[in-house]
Amino acid sequence: MTGTNHKIATTVAAIPRSGIRDFFEIVQSMGDVISLGIGEPDFVTPWHIREAAIYSLEQGKTSYTSNLGTPRLRKEIANYIGKNFGATYSPENEILVTVGVSEGIDLALRALINPGDEVLYHEPCYVSYAPTIALARGCAVAVPTKFEEKFRINIAELEKKVTPRTKVLMLNFPTNPTGAVLSQQELVEIAEFCQRHDLLVISDEIYSELMFDGAKHHSLVALPGMKERTILLHGVSKAFAMTGWRIGFACGPAEIIEAMMKVHQYSIMCAPVMGQEAAVEALQNGAPSVIKMREEYQRRRNFVVAACREYGLECLNPQGTFYIFPSIAKTGLSSKEFALQLLREKKVAVVPGTAFGASGEGFVRCTFATNMEKLKIAFERIGDFLKERQ
Amino acid sequence: MDPLLTILQKEARTSLPDLARQLSLSEEEVAEKMHHFENSGAILGYHAVLDRDLLEPNAVRAAIEVKITPERNGGFDRLANRIAQFEEVQSVYLMSGGYDLLVVINGRSLRDVAAFVANKLSNLEGIQACETRFRLKTYKEEGLIYPLKEPPEQLSVTP
Repeated sequence: MTGTNHKIATTVAAIPRSGIRDFFEIVQSMGDVISLGIGEPDFVTPWHIREAAIYSLEQGKTSYTSNLGTPRLRKEIANYIGKNFGATYSPENEILVTVGVSEGIDLALRALINPGDEVLYHEPCYVSYAPTIALARGCAVAVPTKFEEKFRINIAELEKKVTPRTKVLMLNFPTNPTGAVLSQQELVEIAEFCQRHDLLVISDEIYSELMFDGAKHHSLVALPGMKERTILLHGVSKAFAMTGWRIGFACGPAEIIEAMMKVHQYSIMCAPVMGQEAAVEALQNGAPSVIKMREEYQRRRNFVVAACREYGLECLNPQGTFYIFPSIAKTGLSSKEFALQLLREKKVAVVPGTAFGASGEGFVRCTFATNMEKLKIAFERIGDFLKERQ
Repeated sequence: MDPLLTILQKEARTSLPDLARQLSLSEEEVAEKMHHFENSGAILGYHAVLDRDLLEPNAVRAAIEVKITPERNGGFDRLANRIAQFEEVQSVYLMSGGYDLLVVINGRSLRDVAAFVANKLSNLEGIQACETRFRLKTYKEEGLIYPLKEPPEQLSVTP
């Protein structure tokens, strides 16, 4: 037998490549495209943070750190979460610094899931959830969310999908790709649901600083009885425009953090020290930069939502993240057809909603983490594209 | 600061419809706000930020530190206002420290600036001393870093 395809582990062979990856390759093959397909800030990391990292290099901080992360960063994380999320964690044993939230998700699932355990997650959602659950030998159970319900979680839907094998509920609010956020009341209902069924929660709150119209982020861990059953995942990537630094963190019960640390120590060892140094500066002094970027995102959001609605696309006004998730159903095209035709004819890249799960059909994700000049041109082109199809 | 001013400060040429979309206001409301800021003097004007090194390679810019004798009524104001009237003067600031006024001037050549200091500025009554410092190179102008940098590359589609 030639080739090595048959030697690939069945679990890995069975998971699909990310739909984003396929689309990325098509976009890459074309020149001169305005991309609204980017899932990260277009801002460069604020200078004071970059400068702190440069300083740490000058000082020769280039070694491994504690597996959990530097004590200084863990202390800053504890302060930051205490101040902004309403829960206290011990820097000693309840906080683990990870290589982005992506690693945190993987660690949490691997630390908790036995083969066949079921994991509930809401969909459309971030591309890694279902594959990461599968890689942890878990069983991914999607709970679709609907445009009519502003892509919020419907408890009745959760109740339909929960079984005695359900162990974990994964949450991501504000949500990539829909921009959905939850009210305090909805969070309380989810907390009650989790307590009723004795579920653990992996709560990815990476977009929590990027909330608009003065709305405040409510974290599940602030609710009574929830800190004990929740792994809070967060990081500096989105709020501080630090995606490439790869610094995330997990906060949770000491036993679970210890279990996650075991996986982390044998697979990763520690997050990069330079990134950890930069993250200290971000958490300590980055708030003004976050406010400035958030204001800019809000202006852009206003612009893109107004533009969509002027062109007759149904679009929710997202209260968080830097994505809009407009419905393209009225064009009669599938998400993929819409994205491909728009790309070929108008050279604007948006991501088909189906990249975020089957329930993303009929939608596309457009980022507004792109400068205003490009957004204006992109939406003029989208307007033309839609007019030609009327 | 009002979000309208934040946008205009960065991109004064943003069209009325675009401003309206970004601010979630009607075009009339935006126009009214703009008039308000213009009339109240909060907006002093709109101008292009030029790369002078490119346009006039020989042009000079100087900061002149001026010591003056304050007057009984009005202190520094009368003389500062007189200096501000000169066309070549870009900005005039009253400063704390070892001198009183900082006068920024643009000239076509070194000679121009020298002539201004010698013939116009230093002759004014009440001027005690002038120290002229010439700009050698510009690194940042009105919040824009020279030379205008291309943004670093990003992947075109990411999750």
